[in-house]
Amino acid sequence: MIRAILIFNNHGKPRLSKFYEHYTEDTEQQIIRETFHLVSKRDENVCNFLEGGMLIGGSDYKLIYRHYATLYFVFCVDSSESELGILDLIQVFVETLDKCFENVCELDLIFHVDKVHNILAEMVMGGMVLETNMNEIIMQVDAQNKMENTFLWELFIGIKPEIGSNFK
Amino acid sequence: MALKIVKGSIDRMFDKNLQDLVRGIRNHKEDEAKYISTCIDEIKQELKQDNIAVKANAVCKLTYLQMLGYDVSWAAFNIVEVMSSSKFTYKRIGYLAASQCFHESTDVIMLTTNQIRKDLSSPNQYDTGVALTGLSCFVTPDLARDLANDIMTLMSHTKPYIRKKAVLIMYKVFLKYPESLRPAFPRLKEKLEDPDPGVQSAAVNVICELARRNPKNYLSLAPLFFKLMTSSTNNWVLIKIIKLVSCFCVVKYLGLLAMSKILKTHPKSVQSHKDLILQCLDDKDESIRLRALDLLYGMVSKKNLMEIVKKLMLHVDKAEGTTYRDELLTKIIDICSQSNYQYITNFEWYISILVELTRLEGTRHGHLIASQMLDVAIRVKAIRIFAVAQMATLLDNAHLLTGNMQRNGICEVLYAAAWICGEFSEHLENPMQTLEAMLRPKVATLPGHIQAVYVQNAAKLFSTVLKSQEGSTEGTAAQETSQLMIDRLPLFVQSANLEVQERASCILQLVKYIQKLQQKEVEVAEEVSALFAGELNPVAPKAQKKVPVPEGLDLDAWINEPPSESESEDEQPKAIFAKEEPKHSRSRHTEVDEKELARRREARKQEQANNPFYIKASPSSQKVYQESPGVEHIPVVQIDLTVPLKVPGLPMSDQYLKLEEERRQKERADKKKKEKKKRKEKRSGRGRRHDSGPESEEDITPAHMVDIVTEEMPEMCLTLNHKVCDIQGNLQDGSQVVVSVIFENKCDSLLKSMEFNVLDSLNSKLQRPEGSGPHDGFTVPFQLPPGVSNEARLVFTVQSIVMPQKMKGTLTFIVKNEDSSIHEKLDFKLHFTCTSYLITTPCYSDAFAKLLESGDLKCSSVRLEEVNMPFHHLLARICFHHHFSVVERIDSCASMYSRSIQGHHVCLLVKTSGQTVSIDAKCDEPTLLGNVLDEIKQTFSQC
Repeated sequence: MIRAILIFNNHGKPRLSKFYEHYTEDTEQQIIRETFHLVSKRDENVCNFLEGGMLIGGSDYKLIYRHYATLYFVFCVDSSESELGILDLIQVFVETLDKCFENVCELDLIFHVDKVHNILAEMVMGGMVLETNMNEIIMQVDAQNKMENTFLWELFIGIKPEIGSNFK
Repeated sequence: MALKIVKGSIDRMFDKNLQDLVRGIRNHKEDEAKYISTCIDEIKQELKQDNIAVKANAVCKLTYLQMLGYDVSWAAFNIVEVMSSSKFTYKRIGYLAASQCFHESTDVIMLTTNQIRKDLSSPNQYDTGVALTGLSCFVTPDLARDLANDIMTLMSHTKPYIRKKAVLIMYKVFLKYPESLRPAFPRLKEKLEDPDPGVQSAAVNVICELARRNPKNYLSLAPLFFKLMTSSTNNWVLIKIIKLVSCFCVVKYLGLLAMSKILKTHPKSVQSHKDLILQCLDDKDESIRLRALDLLYGMVSKKNLMEIVKKLMLHVDKAEGTTYRDELLTKIIDICSQSNYQYITNFEWYISILVELTRLEGTRHGHLIASQMLDVAIRVKAIRIFAVAQMATLLDNAHLLTGNMQRNGICEVLYAAAWICGEFSEHLENPMQTLEAMLRPKVATLPGHIQAVYVQNAAKLFSTVLKSQEGSTEGTAAQETSQLMIDRLPLFVQSANLEVQERASCILQLVKYIQKLQQKEVEVAEEVSALFAGELNPVAPKAQKKVPVPEGLDLDAWINEPPSESESEDEQPKAIFAKEEPKHSRSRHTEVDEKELARRREARKQEQANNPFYIKASPSSQKVYQESPGVEHIPVVQIDLTVPLKVPGLPMSDQYLKLEEERRQKERADKKKKEKKKRKEKRSGRGRRHDSGPESEEDITPAHMVDIVTEEMPEMCLTLNHKVCDIQGNLQDGSQVVVSVIFENKCDSLLKSMEFNVLDSLNSKLQRPEGSGPHDGFTVPFQLPPGVSNEARLVFTVQSIVMPQKMKGTLTFIVKNEDSSIHEKLDFKLHFTCTSYLITTPCYSDAFAKLLESGDLKCSSVRLEEVNMPFHHLLARICFHHHFSVVERIDSCASMYSRSIQGHHVCLLVKTSGQTVSIDAKCDEPTLLGNVLDEIKQTFSQC
């Protein structure tokens, strides 16, 4: 099971937090800070796995993370998940974001966290991996956005949407 | 772009959208908190509006603020409103917000059940999808229970998009509402073979999570998983399946089992997995650990032995269960000692390992460690100095090993330590110190056979000490050493163990004699050390074969003429070896004439007279190791053929068994030997019993006995606790007495097949089950595990009750140990007092008076002197112990009544003045009365 998915930047500012277990808002912030602290002090050339966060889990839990430019993608998982599998999942996640946002950068995540959530919801559901096939994910995300856009257009009758328009 | 323009115009409909909020926060870095609080105020205003679009926008902003750590639970109801919107765009915002901030204790969740159900059955698959995604984050036991059916239906939805989400969420439902697992499982299993890879993957995911919690239940799915593993191209599914398979410990076990098979043919290929196998020692499953241990045994080489043993030692420290720890211990020793210590390169290391192992508490394998120590110290000469030093330390710290003496098998190690220190005492650095350690009073608490070794080796040490002390100028030191021996040895002379006693008294006398000589200033050290001169050499079990047959000796030739048949008749009947007697040899030499035979017989009888045991004392049968080492002194060489038979050791005699001439002589010799052996066995038998502990005599204080005297308590594991507890009234022919016997097992072994038998007397008989003879016992219908007690009821038929009865009986039973079972018996006496035939019967004073007036009763009286107890105590005592009831009490005078099972009336008048109590009694049976009064008297004389 995945316990939490965190995205924060090089300064520890949260860009997305998804907890699959309930914590209070304060604890969540503490977990984010602690995780940032653990992850940020590691060199670029060391491995991507980390054990022993105090707040999440215990001995059974691991942090698996990847660092892309200004952003850290951190998955907190238990021992039923394969480390390499999760690393691969992070890669799929980032590539999907890249496709959906066209050259994704931190600003996309800052201003469109709701859309990031929608993409993530097609990959991970309730802490369990739902879909790892990027094309399938993008197809479902697009289909839902199209529905949303159709609705927006309905508000302004007479104007037709461009098919496949992106979020920007 | 056109859309942008449109969106912009929509944005303008609201005060501030999410992007504006983010931008605003970024622009107010200094007073972020203040800015956000004004935003929250705005949001609160927006939430009050009726427009769902405004509300959705507000909820969207709240979701962002929640990420920044702001509590937004106050808006839970508005979130539910937005979730209920018919528009997908708003619904999605609502469900996202709910998934981020709802949890089990959010009370508005109750309101969502119907909405969620509606969304689940929506014709739009994305409505359903969004609802499922949201629900997966905030499902509660109530929601799970209410929606389980709806979700189960969705598992068979036509759209794979819905199917995979429904399958996945089932895991969450199972967690919150476990009852749903059983009905849903068949469908879940079905989904493993869904045509859509996404659904398949979801099903694998769920089953993996379930299996992680309880692998055994999902073992039956293994073939299905195997099929998936070979067919699926989805990496994620493959990873999951492999993870799952590793959960099935059985697979691990089978793997190890297979490895042990491979090991026999391809040891190298297994050795490369050494680390993996060592890891298995950490497994929580004991059977896997034991398998891994087995494998390690075959994997050791000179190179890796130390490393493997080191790892095993770590596990010994960690091991919790003693069984597993003992298993580890034996394995360590097995591994090290296999093929004649083939893999050990450093014996100092091995000795240290053995010494380390002695620190284990409560292991049963003390003797194993001990035998290894002895073996190594004797066979590896180079190691002796080191071994002796280690053993001396052990002896010095013996108290650490023997903390819990009786239970602790580890004290066996002291046996080896004492022997090594004594035998190789010349290597000791400080023999005096070791000598003192061996003569400590605490040694007397060790098991007998160890004490015996202590005593013997103390003598060896003594000789070494004397040698060193006489060598130096200090003459008094040697005398002091002798004095030490004389002071301490009497402790062992008093030992209950015959072996210890015998050795101690011999040595004590010897030392006393030495002291006498010392006082005359005679140098004795040389002569004393001659007692223990020479060295013990290890002899291989097959050494006998290597001894060359001396020239001129033909073992197949007859030494004497074989006897005729007639001869065997006047000799003793062939007892033991009759079967081994080769038949053909008898008839071969029948031609020998009678005279010659008679002459031979005469000669042989002469020989026998001179040589009662047939084992003539020859140099070889004395202490063998006094001579220089080498094969020459192995006894067989020194047999003098003129002597009929000299058997220095039992195994040797086998060779001669074929020789008919000596058969009968041997028979007798063997008989005598047997007797000797038996005596020895008895001795060692007792030693064994001492080992097992709890049967020493002090321990068997028979528990409080009321009516029964147990005669002669041997070293016994059982306590009988019997009490005549119930007496039944008149029957047609005599009376029945029910005796309840409490059996309590005080030893450490299981007692079974208990048979209770008494010798019937004319008057009293044990009622035996139908169909059994008068001497058959009563089979106790239970077994007794250690420390357990149980009660059996026996019925006796008693003819006359006027006299007390004593019945002798025997309890036979089997003591079942782990590896053996011993027949034991316990003799006892059942004591039926007259009191036990009395039944407490209330009686009214007028009836009592009539009874006394009737004149049918005989009178008797008794006086009790020096009774120091209040009168009511005295009465209570009579009532309790002798089954009377008080009829009337006036001041220091009381009348009492009881009735026997055969209807005799017993009346007492008890009076007290000062310390004297007089009892006047009346009864229609004077003998009974006399006995009852005697018993009352006895009761009071005991207090």
